[in-house]
Amino acid sequence: MAELWLQFVLTIDATLRVATPLILCAMAGIFSERSGIIDISLEGKMLLSAFTAATVAALYGSPWLGLFCAVIVSMIFSLIHGFACITHRGNQVISGLAINILASGLTVTVGIAIFAQGGQTPFLMSEQRFSAISLPFAEAAKNIPIIGTIYAEVISGHNLLVWVALLSVFLTGYVLFRTSFGLRLRAVGEKPEAVDTAGISVTLMRYQAVLIAGLLCGIAGAYLSIAHGASFGRDMTAGKGYIALAAMIFGHWRPIPSLMACLMFGFLDAIAARLQGVEIPFFGPMPTDLILVLPYVLTVILLAGFIGRAVPPKAIGQPYVKER
Amino acid sequence: MRRPLPAWVDISIMPLINIAAAFVVSGIIIALIGENPLTALTIMVKGAFVYKGALGYTLYYTTNFIFTGLAVAVAFHAMLFNIGGEGQAMIGGLGIGFVVLGLDPILPPLLIVLLAIPVAAIFGAIWGIIPGWLQARRGSHIVITTIMFNFIASSIMVWLLAGMLMAPGQMSPETRHFAEGVSLAQIHHIANALGWPMARSPLNLSFGIAIIALVAVWVLIWRTRLGYIIRATGHSEKAVIYAGHDPSRIIIITMAISGGLAGLMALNEILGVQERVILNFTAGYGFTGIAVALMGRNHPFGILLASLLFGALYQGGAELDFEFQTITKEMVLMIQGLIILFSGALALMFVPTAERIYGLFSAQDTAASDQSRSGKDSQNG
Repeated sequence: MAELWLQFVLTIDATLRVATPLILCAMAGIFSERSGIIDISLEGKMLLSAFTAATVAALYGSPWLGLFCAVIVSMIFSLIHGFACITHRGNQVISGLAINILASGLTVTVGIAIFAQGGQTPFLMSEQRFSAISLPFAEAAKNIPIIGTIYAEVISGHNLLVWVALLSVFLTGYVLFRTSFGLRLRAVGEKPEAVDTAGISVTLMRYQAVLIAGLLCGIAGAYLSIAHGASFGRDMTAGKGYIALAAMIFGHWRPIPSLMACLMFGFLDAIAARLQGVEIPFFGPMPTDLILVLPYVLTVILLAGFIGRAVPPKAIGQPYVKER
Repeated sequence: MRRPLPAWVDISIMPLINIAAAFVVSGIIIALIGENPLTALTIMVKGAFVYKGALGYTLYYTTNFIFTGLAVAVAFHAMLFNIGGEGQAMIGGLGIGFVVLGLDPILPPLLIVLLAIPVAAIFGAIWGIIPGWLQARRGSHIVITTIMFNFIASSIMVWLLAGMLMAPGQMSPETRHFAEGVSLAQIHHIANALGWPMARSPLNLSFGIAIIALVAVWVLIWRTRLGYIIRATGHSEKAVIYAGHDPSRIIIITMAISGGLAGLMALNEILGVQERVILNFTAGYGFTGIAVALMGRNHPFGILLASLLFGALYQGGAELDFEFQTITKEMVLMIQGLIILFSGALALMFVPTAERIYGLFSAQDTAASDQSRSGKDSQNG
């Protein structure tokens, strides 16, 4: 029983680790899409920033500088996305897709040019990464049943960026629903004409929104390569940006429900990893591929309105044209 | 003075400017990583057209892009953004696999091949119809659904190829080889048999099918009732309803055609080259189809040209791998991303400038013609 409990607690712990980049990207998506800009490019920005973080950390030895540069690069690509979709009223999906494809080519190209390791970056030493933060008394608490194991395994032992991700959910909620900036941002995604009439620049609001999205994607990418992992590998985001997009839709473009969706998708991932190779009686090996595909299937079912309705912001995907 | 661009400038000059912009940025990046962009370009051009067998390889890649480009374009005409070409091609390949693996012990090869061609299209079409149906009848956004369907298709492939379809006694996720002769003949075999010496390349008969598809799509979109209704659906659903058609039905039909075209891409890879079903044979060609359709302005002729360009890029890019230490074929992915950015998302960026320049050049003409007209008027008066 105690063994089973420990297994469960370890799965929950893994869930949090897997869900962290999803949470950050989902919040990024919420900011961008609530302002009316579709952001398919979460994936690409995360990949670019993962690469930047690992490269800078490997070259200069500082995880903080790595994180900083990752965020800057991610925000630059947010600006490109904004320049195409907001200033030039280009198609938002096409722009996002372009950034994703560009990212997967650019990271490998530059990676080979710098490190000549086939697109990989060198493995990082522990001082070049964000390492696990052990909370006080975690070792001692291990022996206390239930609460102690939860404290030692689930709450303690995460790196800083996991906490940043959780914090970002509450900050997103606060900014969007408790500040006038948030009100304007949501209004720009629902009825930009109204915001414009009130004398607020739709363009400026949307640029701010995509920049915040870039910041969050940058942290997510840095988490992958210099906190959770210890190097960058080609296409290491492996669709996480799209899962985050799915989680955001699942959470109806709201922070807390999106967090729950991220945790659910993270849990599916963690459990699939644990069940790899486990035999089910009368069935054969566990179909872990089918567990991993559940986020996509569930999102399709949700979008089709079979389990509730996902209603996106009204003005999403439409460039705003000021009438003259 | 700004003047609206005439159609011929919009169709011929503007795409060239956008591609040029993408290439200039790529050149800057190549220079930044310490290589000579002009050398890289020369190698790519030689690798794509000059070396022995190069043209065959270029046309082999072109075949893929014609199919996926047409798939995206047909959907675009109904204002549907089908990002699912990748998944639809995978499922098309799966369909070929089912037909061939199931029937090659009993039926003659030619019959199986003739059967596999429509099945590839049908399987791809099914993978397009579902998102189409979900958009038309359930209101889910086709972009998101087709993205999800790419992942679902990819999981199904992993599950089947590493499971029940995996060749016995093998560790890699792929099916057994098809029976002898169950393939689309490669062009160099045919040419050599006819007494024409030709270098080896994977170019096969599916190139011919691609050309037929180009013509068929042109006929469909511009010469048939259905094509007219598809385009009308893209412009105004209300008008289509007023004309007595059901836009939902048109959306589903369009996605079926689009998915079917993407599914046909599997012919080139599975029946033309691999002769077995492997994992990831689509290799991102479905996404490249989006770039192809954007550059080709959704017109079959434009798509042919854009497919040739991308075919040359892919083949020339493979050549970069051999010639440079620092440049690999991922460079092509980067160029592709830039092309999508400039000719898709930033398509309108250069228009105001172009209009100004055009206005500058045509101003004198109009001034002259205005003068002669006023001269005539005064004479008449």
